Amino acid sequence: MTQNERYEAAVKRKCHLQTIAKRQGWSEGSPELYYSYRTLSGDLAFSIHTVFLKSLKSLGSEEQIAKWAPLCNDFQIIATYAQTELGHGTYLQGLETEATYDAATQEFVVHSPTMTATKWWPGDLGRSATHALVQAQLICSGARQGMHAFIVPIRSLQDHTPLPGVTVGDIGPKMGFHHIDHGFLRLDHVRIPRENMLSRFAQVLPDGTYLKVGSLQINYLSMVVMRVDLLLGEIIPMLQKACVIAIRYSVIRHQSSLRPSGPEVKILDYQTQQHKLLPQLATVYAFHFLASNLLKFFHSSYSAILNRDFSHLPELHALSAGIKAMVSDLCLQGTELCRRACGGHGYSKLSGLPSLVSRVTASCTYEGENTVLYLQTARFLVKNYLQAHGSLGSTSQIFLPKSIAYLTTPYQARCPAQKAADFLHAKLYTAAWAHVAARLIKDSAHHLQTLMQSGADWDEAWNQSTVLHLQAAKAHCYYISVKNFTETLDKLENEPAIQQVLKRLCDLYALHSILTNSGDFLHDGFLSGTQVDAVRTAYLNLLLLIRKDAILLTDAFDFTDHCLNSALGCYDGNVYERLFHWAQRSPTNTQGNPAYEKYIKPLLQSWRSKL
Amino acid sequence: MNQDLRREREAASFNPELLTHVLDGSPENTRRRREIENLILNDPDFQHEDLNFLTRSQRYEVAVRKSANMVKKMRDFGIADPEEIMWFKKVHLVNFVEPVGLNYSMFIPTLLNQGTTAQQEKWLLSSKGLQIIGTYAQTEMGHGTHLRGLETTATYDPETQEFILNSPTVTSIKWWPGGLGKTSNHAIVLAQLITKGKCYGLHAFIVPIREIGTHKPLPGITVGDIGPKFGYDEMDNGYLKMDNYRIPRENMLMKYAQVKPDGTYVKPVSNKLTYGTMVFVRSFLVGEAARSLSKACTIAIRYSAVRHQSEIKPGEPEPQILDFQTQQYKLFPLLATAYAFQFVGAYMKETYHRINEDIGHGDLSELPELHALTAGLKAFTSWTTNAAIEACRMACGGHGYSHCSGLPNIYVTFTPTCTFEGENTVMMLQTARFLMKSYDQVHSGKLVCGMVSYLNDLPTQRIQPQQVAVWPTVVDIDSPDSLTEAYKLRAARLVEIAAKNLQNEVIRRESKEVAWNLTSVDLVRASEAHCHYVVVKLFSEKLLKIQDKSIHTVLRNLCLLYCLYGISQKAGDFLQGSIMTESQITQVNQRIKELLTAVRPDAVALVDAFDFKDVTLGSVLGRYDGNVYEHLFEWAKKSPLNKAEVHESYYKHLKPLQSKL
Repeated sequence: MTQNERYEAAVKRKCHLQTIAKRQGWSEGSPELYYSYRTLSGDLAFSIHTVFLKSLKSLGSEEQIAKWAPLCNDFQIIATYAQTELGHGTYLQGLETEATYDAATQEFVVHSPTMTATKWWPGDLGRSATHALVQAQLICSGARQGMHAFIVPIRSLQDHTPLPGVTVGDIGPKMGFHHIDHGFLRLDHVRIPRENMLSRFAQVLPDGTYLKVGSLQINYLSMVVMRVDLLLGEIIPMLQKACVIAIRYSVIRHQSSLRPSGPEVKILDYQTQQHKLLPQLATVYAFHFLASNLLKFFHSSYSAILNRDFSHLPELHALSAGIKAMVSDLCLQGTELCRRACGGHGYSKLSGLPSLVSRVTASCTYEGENTVLYLQTARFLVKNYLQAHGSLGSTSQIFLPKSIAYLTTPYQARCPAQKAADFLHAKLYTAAWAHVAARLIKDSAHHLQTLMQSGADWDEAWNQSTVLHLQAAKAHCYYISVKNFTETLDKLENEPAIQQVLKRLCDLYALHSILTNSGDFLHDGFLSGTQVDAVRTAYLNLLLLIRKDAILLTDAFDFTDHCLNSALGCYDGNVYERLFHWAQRSPTNTQGNPAYEKYIKPLLQSWRSKL
Repeated sequence: MNQDLRREREAASFNPELLTHVLDGSPENTRRRREIENLILNDPDFQHEDLNFLTRSQRYEVAVRKSANMVKKMRDFGIADPEEIMWFKKVHLVNFVEPVGLNYSMFIPTLLNQGTTAQQEKWLLSSKGLQIIGTYAQTEMGHGTHLRGLETTATYDPETQEFILNSPTVTSIKWWPGGLGKTSNHAIVLAQLITKGKCYGLHAFIVPIREIGTHKPLPGITVGDIGPKFGYDEMDNGYLKMDNYRIPRENMLMKYAQVKPDGTYVKPVSNKLTYGTMVFVRSFLVGEAARSLSKACTIAIRYSAVRHQSEIKPGEPEPQILDFQTQQYKLFPLLATAYAFQFVGAYMKETYHRINEDIGHGDLSELPELHALTAGLKAFTSWTTNAAIEACRMACGGHGYSHCSGLPNIYVTFTPTCTFEGENTVMMLQTARFLMKSYDQVHSGKLVCGMVSYLNDLPTQRIQPQQVAVWPTVVDIDSPDSLTEAYKLRAARLVEIAAKNLQNEVIRRESKEVAWNLTSVDLVRASEAHCHYVVVKLFSEKLLKIQDKSIHTVLRNLCLLYCLYGISQKAGDFLQGSIMTESQITQVNQRIKELLTAVRPDAVALVDAFDFKDVTLGSVLGRYDGNVYEHLFEWAKKSPLNKAEVHESYYKHLKPLQSKL
């Protein structure tokens, strides 16, 4: 289908689903709608509509929510969230769009002063949205007050044409998300009433006085909300599906033989294929539990924040930033690995894998570019480390947030493991990651201090040590994910069979992560060369054990064939028949070949006339 | 020109033109390449709309049109010399996939390599002039890299002196050949030869598939397009199913093996010769990896010089993102890799030509090593490049995701290299097989030569992981030669570990093959280390040939960066093998950061030296003049979704929804 057709189909599906939801009484954010999205693989328009609604609920006052939420729920308006600009992304303070308060008319004048200030990328903006929640620099009584959110009507509710002063359109084809009309928006002195500024945490009084409640970071709240939602809703399912497809296909595909005259072997029986796929399976299980627990932590802190208790916000922000970066990075790598593990057929769109890759890859840059996010986590780590250890080097009794409590626990200098089997103990490998994370955080903090002692100011020193901070933040996230997986297992003691199979995945996840970062573990002699060899032995043995359960472990994700949309990954395993059948339906086969008549035929004939 | 880029170019420490000459091989090559580029790029017949806005069918049509024009032009210009054709096509193909390409890259070469003189006389002329459009059909739906598993059969019938071709199962349907779906009228088909009731393995047959004149599939032939892919929208990759389809005996390519009219099979003399084409294609792919990565680096580095974001110091203007250490850490090692692969690609090409001459003189001695090396290097460079293009794309943030950046296209066009012409893991294992063979040879007292000669030193300098005092002080992290030695030790150590683990498994398991499978993760690691060593070695040797001092300095920094970054990424291997100490690794990490700062002023000039034209890059972000944002906006306005002010789906779906609720 063309981009136009795909967009139209997505709009149609969404409208139909909305009618059903209305009839059934499913509300926005309900599990029923979440399951419907899962069923339809999210190929729907107006996904940002929900983001608007969530931002409204976290940043809007009670009156504002009462006014706009019903309009939104009933699709009287279609809304989007416009933050990113052509020249500015993750760095919020750099945004150029301005909202200047005019006390005379009690209105804001919203304006895009430069080309680079053009809003760029918001989903549903290109062709669909009637309203946008615009992030803009607030200027009132002559002073700049930083970023705030404004509801700006952009298209007529009568005939859908752009309103005066509004230039809006689609930003053109992308690697994926062909069904979404990502858009651009230029505002030329567009006036909106004072009440359209979301004012739970900051308001402008009619006379232009600016009032503020809460911390600076509060503007990041809607980004935190989105990040947490994306993990389970959008990012992790991509790797789950990729694992289902690649692992199912790997028991259908036979290639070469292990013995000279033996039959061709299932490719999943090759050690190299197991080494590619099974760590991905372990990773996606690890991430599932990680994201679920983050969501729980988020809900408990979120209600506190709405009641203006901000004590958990820094930790929540740091955790969600680092975890989003780690999950999206590794889900992309894993999905792409699964695609290539299917050989040539993984390159065909009929495998379903290319669209998973091109979709999950976007998650590495949207909602905060991953490097920037890791560095936000690192800032939190370094700050707390320095506070906990004081400038005098004494460990003062200060209270650290739970996720980084390990920074003050004394750690072992050497890993006590003697043999391969010792590495199958959750406590042992969790402690190993704690050791490495703590060491890297310590090193990066000290490096920063050294640079500052030799005359650099904080900002310069920070930039000169960011590569170290990045490594420290990654190690921290690994530690969190390993620890979280082991804690999840502890809660499964009533399901011994499940616990056992998940324990293997947890071991595999932890050992694989140690092997891929072995330098960090060898660096200060925490692990010896012999111990790393033992880790490798334990790891290779696990591959064989998990191999047996691989199919059931992917079946457990419970995706329908329709939802996978893959000729390689269907439940019944009739790969080749389906591939042949689907290919024949391709428009290139059902429609004529105009290129033959126009170019190939004349080419052949021009030759003949010369003979 | 954008002010930032102008400043970058003025501040460079060397003249990029001289570096371009190094990359092309000589100033004369640079001149000739540009001449032909201009010939094509200024030709109105090759102009077309931005492909990003076209449907797949339209893109196919544009591609066929360009191919047809190209053939006519070559005829008009009288370009007939194979070298000239290569020049002409190379430019033309820079960012373009052509459905008739397989005719030149596979059909004709196979005919030349495997056809008898009589067969060449019969088919060559008409296929060169595209009266016959040929393709090469090897891969089947159920079988890829493992050739012996192919199922298509060609059974000889002495009665009629014909072969009967059959696709006996669904999995035996030929799948993937380029140009097969809609364009070609002939195919060279690989099939299991059966004569006098016996199967003799794979042989090549020329099979007519479409009727000349009407282009309709011939009776007994089912042929079509395999549907949409990740990339290669222009290419009609196809399927082919044959049912008791008869071709004359003369259509089997019989330069080596033959079937006599009575059905007697005559064996070929040597099968090593068939390596030739594979070696050629794989060494070409190494060059392809270098070019694709160079393009991606050009785009990402130019854009990073134009893009401003955040602040390093509060209150100061937003800096170029290329000034962030993390951005440099992402991109400069990739730039160094691009240069490394450029030199490896050039080396492979030279070696191929040199060895080809030897083969001409009947000397096949170097072929096995070259075959093993090309397999591994193809896998090593394509895996690295695949990840690197993605990293460049993501380094451009959100805009990298838009087709305007050109990076999604570069990626999807390059990524099949990891699976075609031999799946990478299988390729690595082929190299490993050669390494194991060499190891055994050394063990039994014989010397080995070539790139694996380091194995000769093993028995005397046995590596003992526990003895820390063997080499640590030897490595000088400021000397490419010394670093090459470090990579050599790593390769030697990992080859030895794999060999020993393999031996242990062989003792414990019932068969060699099972043992091989249970060691394969180690074997792949050993091959990777070997290839990494080869790349490092070729890069540092290249430095010796650079005359110009400023060019030498900047390339030396890149070479060091490439070596040290690799060590830092694989620190575990270097520590575990006691090749380097912990404090050396700390120094390596420190030195990398210094090198980032050293490369920074030359970054833009280093990508300028790749000398890609804007049309070739196909990227708004990577424009030479750096006027990114203006052109981004202009480009977006051309999007098909913007054709009408109010999209029709508003009337069809949105409006009814709003009134219904």
